[in-house]
Amino acid sequence: MKLQGHAVKYGDNISTDLIIAGKHTKTLNVRDLADHAMEDLDPSFGEKISGGGVLVAGTYFGCGSSREQAPVALKEAGVLFIAAKTFSRIFYRNAVNIGLAVVECDTDAIDEGDILEYDVGSDMLKNMTRYRELAVTPLPEIMVEILKEGGVVPYIKKHGGF
Amino acid sequence: MHGQTIAEKILQKHSMDPGKPVKAGDILFCSVDFLMSHDATAPMAIRAFENMGGTKVFDPSKMVLILDHATPAPYERIANLQSMMREFAREQGIPFIEGGEGVCHQIVVEKEYLRPGDLALGTDSHTCTYGALGVFATGVGSTDMAAAMYTGKSWFKVPETIRVNLKGTLGKGCSAKDVILKTAGVIGADGANYRSIEFYGEWIDRASLSERLTIANMVVEMGAKCGFPCCPGLGISADADARYLMEAEIDLDALEPMVARPHAVDDVCPVSEAADVVIHQAFLGSCTNGRIEDLREAARILKGKKIAEGVRLIIAPASRQVMLRAMEEGVLATLIEAGGAVFTPGCGVCVGTHGGVPADGEVVLSSSNRNFKGRMGNNKALIYLASPLTIAASVITGRITDPRELEE
Ligand code: SF4
Repeated sequence: MKLQGHAVKYGDNISTDLIIAGKHTKTLNVRDLADHAMEDLDPSFGEKISGGGVLVAGTYFGCGSSREQAPVALKEAGVLFIAAKTFSRIFYRNAVNIGLAVVECDTDAIDEGDILEYDVGSDMLKNMTRYRELAVTPLPEIMVEILKEGGVVPYIKKHGGF
Repeated sequence: MHGQTIAEKILQKHSMDPGKPVKAGDILFCSVDFLMSHDATAPMAIRAFENMGGTKVFDPSKMVLILDHATPAPYERIANLQSMMREFAREQGIPFIEGGEGVCHQIVVEKEYLRPGDLALGTDSHTCTYGALGVFATGVGSTDMAAAMYTGKSWFKVPETIRVNLKGTLGKGCSAKDVILKTAGVIGADGANYRSIEFYGEWIDRASLSERLTIANMVVEMGAKCGFPCCPGLGISADADARYLMEAEIDLDALEPMVARPHAVDDVCPVSEAADVVIHQAFLGSCTNGRIEDLREAARILKGKKIAEGVRLIIAPASRQVMLRAMEEGVLATLIEAGGAVFTPGCGVCVGTHGGVPADGEVVLSSSNRNFKGRMGNNKALIYLASPLTIAASVITGRITDPRELEE
């Protein structure tokens, strides 16, 4: 499962309150969520990411609330996968659960606009623009399986449980 | 084999092979004892549950659905999501807590759903609060909740544990909130990411349940998966030779009242260093500091006083029970006479869904646990976190004030 897209880069400590504010989370319409993704941080996020981009960040991406609306909003807005130096625990898990791949690596070696390629479950992220490979912290096996099925919902549908 | 931490013990007990020793780093499938979900996250969990083919929750008596994040409903979309939850709870036979009863975590504690050694999941990051009851309790997203509702299980990576030694005891004007803010400053906002925290020391040994809840509540602000204020009555303990990732020591004798500055919970300083900051709004409530003990503390300082002009004080008791108690004791009257405005027990103000949204550029002093940008509904407001005592002192003067200045 190969994913390829252009990097849209932000800084450290991006909280779920910034990814999507609590006041916008009360809906089951994923399009509404996507429309407000990252708006407090960068009003042009939607444009930048559309057409399939890779969200790149520094340390502790997704800290704070357990709201799954955060990864859902990003995925629906067009994020193919997220690369960050570190992730907050709950966000990391939620992203995988909804089938959005997360890649822990040294994102200093990525610039805005670089083309990145990631094969889900692999231990390398390719920066095609810079002809570089970045080492990726391996995902637990169960997470790779969930991602390959497209998230926990299709996983359980297929396997009837864990 | 060395001894085990509390997290290791509880996860082993709930694993599919409880006889097999468990250590940090292992990945396990565990059966869960209790599930909690509220109106901000349950609708999505119910949708995912249905999408994965779920028709019957594995054991409805092990679950509770609570309306607290936006109650009473501020507009129709939320009202409809809440009605979907009511319907689902009725169909499935899941205990249901109507809006106005209070903040989910306070309700779970008051209703005594949990026993020491239990394993609990909640679709709320502050589910870690139940660590004060000796429970391995952690926040998950809606899809994890849906999978647990369906299978009665979830998977866990056994966390490493940080040991925090609290030395000495608290001086005047200091409270559990100051202890945990100080700890956040020492550990850092991501210093316990993926980890468990165990707190020890003579102060914890004697701390009240309310104080221990405040401590456990905020471990997630350091990224922790769970946390335990380890006192003799906790009902579960780590082995003496348990292995810790690291140890931190905090000197409570030297502790002063603390604040966390905008927009990071670990950007903490003594109140004295923020003493010139003018405030526009103060919030007394939340699962961190909305209990009767907190309201009493504030009322003690506000008795017979008035809040400063230009300051708004919003109070949201953590539960109906807390509110009734505060009424009986005259605590609520004191707070209202001083100029406070009381909101329905629940979360709205804390999370910015409704009630008490600050204006652009305004400074809020809050007794809750989070001061991220945008947290209270306006990303141009500045949120400071502090204890109920510091809040009471500050609303009187109109600027951030050390409570020791007013308590002679
Ligand atoms: S009071 Fe605030 S922190 Fe606590 S559960 Fe409610 S929204 Fe979350």
